[in-house]
Amino acid sequence: MNERIKKASRHTNQSEGLIFEKSSPGKRAFELPPLDVPDVDAAKALGTYHRKDGVDGFPEVSEIEVIRHFTRLSTWNYAIDLGMYPLGSCTMKYNPRVNEFVARLEGIATEHPYQPQALSQGCLKILRLLEKCLLEITGMDAITLQPAAGAQGELTGLLLIRAHLEKQGNPRKKVLIPDSAHGTNPATAVIAGYEVENIKSESRGQVDVEKLREQVTEDVAALMITNPSTLGIFEQRIPEIAEILHTKGALLYMDGANMNALTGITRPGDLGVDVMHLNLHKTFSTPHGGGGPGAGPVAMKKILEPYRPVPILVEKDGGRLALETVRPNSIGRVKAFVGNFGVLLRALAYILAYGPGVRQATEDAVLNANYIRKRLEGVYDLPFSLPSMHEVVFSDAVQKKNGVNTMDIAKRLIDYGFHPYTTAFPLIVPGALMIEPTESESREECDLFIDAMRSIAEEAAKTPDVVKTAPHTTRIGRLNETVAARKPVLRWKPATSKSEAAD
Amino acid sequence: MRYLPKSLAERNEMLAAVGVKSIDELFSSIPEKYRLKQPLKLPGPMSESEVIQYFKERAGENAGGYTSFLGAGVYNHLRSVVTDAIIQRGEFLTSYTPYQAEIAQGTLQAIFEFQTLMCQLTGQEVANASMYDGSTATTEAVLMAERLTGRRRVLVARSVHPEYREVLNTYAKNSGLHIEEIGYAAEGSIDKKFLHASLKDDVAAVVVQSPNFFGVIEPVADLAAPTHASGAKLVVAIAEAISLGLLRPPAEADIVAMEAQSFGLPPSYGGPFAGVVASRDEYVRQMPGRLAGETTDSNGHRGFVLTLATREQHIRRERATSNICTNQALCALAATVHLTLLGKEGLREMAQQNLAKAQYALSQLEKIPGVQRKFSGAFFNEFAVELPRSVKMVNAALLRDKIVGPLALGTSYPELTKHALVCVTETTNKAEIDRFAAALRNTLEQPL
Repeated sequence: MNERIKKASRHTNQSEGLIFEKSSPGKRAFELPPLDVPDVDAAKALGTYHRKDGVDGFPEVSEIEVIRHFTRLSTWNYAIDLGMYPLGSCTMKYNPRVNEFVARLEGIATEHPYQPQALSQGCLKILRLLEKCLLEITGMDAITLQPAAGAQGELTGLLLIRAHLEKQGNPRKKVLIPDSAHGTNPATAVIAGYEVENIKSESRGQVDVEKLREQVTEDVAALMITNPSTLGIFEQRIPEIAEILHTKGALLYMDGANMNALTGITRPGDLGVDVMHLNLHKTFSTPHGGGGPGAGPVAMKKILEPYRPVPILVEKDGGRLALETVRPNSIGRVKAFVGNFGVLLRALAYILAYGPGVRQATEDAVLNANYIRKRLEGVYDLPFSLPSMHEVVFSDAVQKKNGVNTMDIAKRLIDYGFHPYTTAFPLIVPGALMIEPTESESREECDLFIDAMRSIAEEAAKTPDVVKTAPHTTRIGRLNETVAARKPVLRWKPATSKSEAAD
Repeated sequence: MRYLPKSLAERNEMLAAVGVKSIDELFSSIPEKYRLKQPLKLPGPMSESEVIQYFKERAGENAGGYTSFLGAGVYNHLRSVVTDAIIQRGEFLTSYTPYQAEIAQGTLQAIFEFQTLMCQLTGQEVANASMYDGSTATTEAVLMAERLTGRRRVLVARSVHPEYREVLNTYAKNSGLHIEEIGYAAEGSIDKKFLHASLKDDVAAVVVQSPNFFGVIEPVADLAAPTHASGAKLVVAIAEAISLGLLRPPAEADIVAMEAQSFGLPPSYGGPFAGVVASRDEYVRQMPGRLAGETTDSNGHRGFVLTLATREQHIRRERATSNICTNQALCALAATVHLTLLGKEGLREMAQQNLAKAQYALSQLEKIPGVQRKFSGAFFNEFAVELPRSVKMVNAALLRDKIVGPLALGTSYPELTKHALVCVTETTNKAEIDRFAAALRNTLEQPL
């Protein structure tokens, strides 16, 4: 194909330039109403702070060009709306459209966090109802909705634990983290001022309780556990684990990333967990949006309640709701304002749609994972045989004999019309295939996925090169990540300034 | 249930295929005594129309019909309907973090464009793919300065947003950072004398906000020299990003921490917004958060990937530059679309209207006996006024005229009990400003 002809195929395959490359001086896509007050001389009002010529390099395009540019970019993305997204531990479920609608309502999206609380009762009622629902679901006593995402929820949880231990005279030194944990757990523990000590899993993939008993000393502040673990297996001895910690004055933190396996079935609060976060962008259906925004509420037992971040939502006489900022024992704020309100209210819309029937979503999620497990067992190696909950973890041990690894299989899935499963995780399974279908997949979609996975296994045996060089059907091939990291190009620069630099 | 795509018959067939008699068998690994025997006590189920009705009722209990003069970190600006049309496309809305680059080029290229826009605005060389918000971006910028300098003392202007400072304190408490606050001078900007006296060779960062919490523009260029002379890094926070359409960028800063809410994101009672950390190329390996970079594919075509991931938690674990994972990607996309719509001239004009309307509002308010501006420094779209009475009482009276009055500064600054922070943007029309001035005059004329 002639390289000089830019538009030579369907837009999903063609190259769409950067918006800066389409820019032409004098074009615009947005007009303001005329100024209705006397104009001022900015140079005079701002003096030396004045930027005279506008932002150099900023795009200048028309409205239709903006629409086409971003619409074309969008067609290069895979999305839940297009098909199954079996990313383990990411819970890529359907994002209900009504949630988007209500988040944009006049009187909801328009509200300012500093407006009088008497004029914010609607917002506060939404927050209060969500708090109550999440407490019922987790079996906990108190909650904060402020954290912006799971990782910030983890930090909040550890700071609560730290504050509680400090109050008793010693914040302690260490946080224990299983070797199967998500990377945010150790990174978070360090910010909370703790050393990380890893604990090994026993041969079945569960926390080694006997070993744990030895590791829990007076230096240990908490254990951060994910339940079900990242192997998709329920930690059966969790009440005993909680007791071991409590006996030594330490607390049990639960990473709620996998709450989609438990909602309506069992409650962490009943299992001995002291504090946990929830990822509303996982279990509670708020859209992932290409990486965020999320929300990471933290639910806790009564002993941690005094330390919650401010502001605290309280019920006054007559049912009036208020935000209180003065709490002497609070860990302080973890984020400006009340939290990611727009995300929080979407989660409430999801809960209201299901009501107590949310249990059915959990059951379907677990059924899908087990169905996929049953039909792929034998085709792919299953390193841990305990019952699966909402996700199943295979390994590439069989395919590796032909030089095909989990990343190759994942990339080949793209050619079959699916997003890859999680590959980098959990670290204790070399060459992991971590598959979480969620409840949003029909039997038909699960079958299509199973057929694709079986077909790839066959290819790996007979024509491994086809798998190793996948994907073959995408607009672009595998990207050179080494070059990207070695000589980082992290922004566009105008061609002219490059030639000037060369001069 | 409308979100669940299985019939009862399909469920039973799948259970049979799995080889279990009932769904309960699949939960047998959870000890029997811990399994819930009764349904959760939750409101619902609700049909779609009932969900909408519930939220419409709540919306009706908020501040509809009031004219507001609040800013203080959250700003009302015009937004094109195009932005929502784009970010509601399922391909953007329902896609995951773009780790699988071949099928996420849309998100990756948009992030690359976002990073470019943020660099152009701030005068910095590199910007990340977003942080939670301005408050956590400011905190992460300070932690970055700590890594760059190996020092622990941090000097923070009191004119930085009080909630940003609170968040910084929360994070600093256990990171071994020592935070000291530097007061403000009569102009409303940082007290330079006090700053110079505090700047020693153990300072990791000097943190200012510009325009600051009082709306006053900080002399960033003047602060850079003494800060750098002491070996510290200059961190500049920006809460009102529209100001960059008219203000010189803080190019002298080492790290810029910005709140991008003003770029097409609704106030939404405080979130979700989008923070940004921007800095210099030489510091990129100490930056927090995701970065999209340009590269080529196996056929030599341009493409984009998430890069320099060895800084991040999923690779570096306890030695990562930050624990951030999920960020504010869709909000950053909204900002990208919004800024592309505004373009060079639109952004400048929007900023110009903010400046003109704020100047007009001040001129009208200063005509009222007893009302005067508190600080003398140049300002953008916010300014502090001193009133002859307590702000609390004045604002209570203004509510009767359907006006949400300016923010009472006394809550965060005990020495400013009679002072209020007025914000006027391009969305505030002349009639509303006049009505506010008249109502304020009327209130102050009433006997106490």
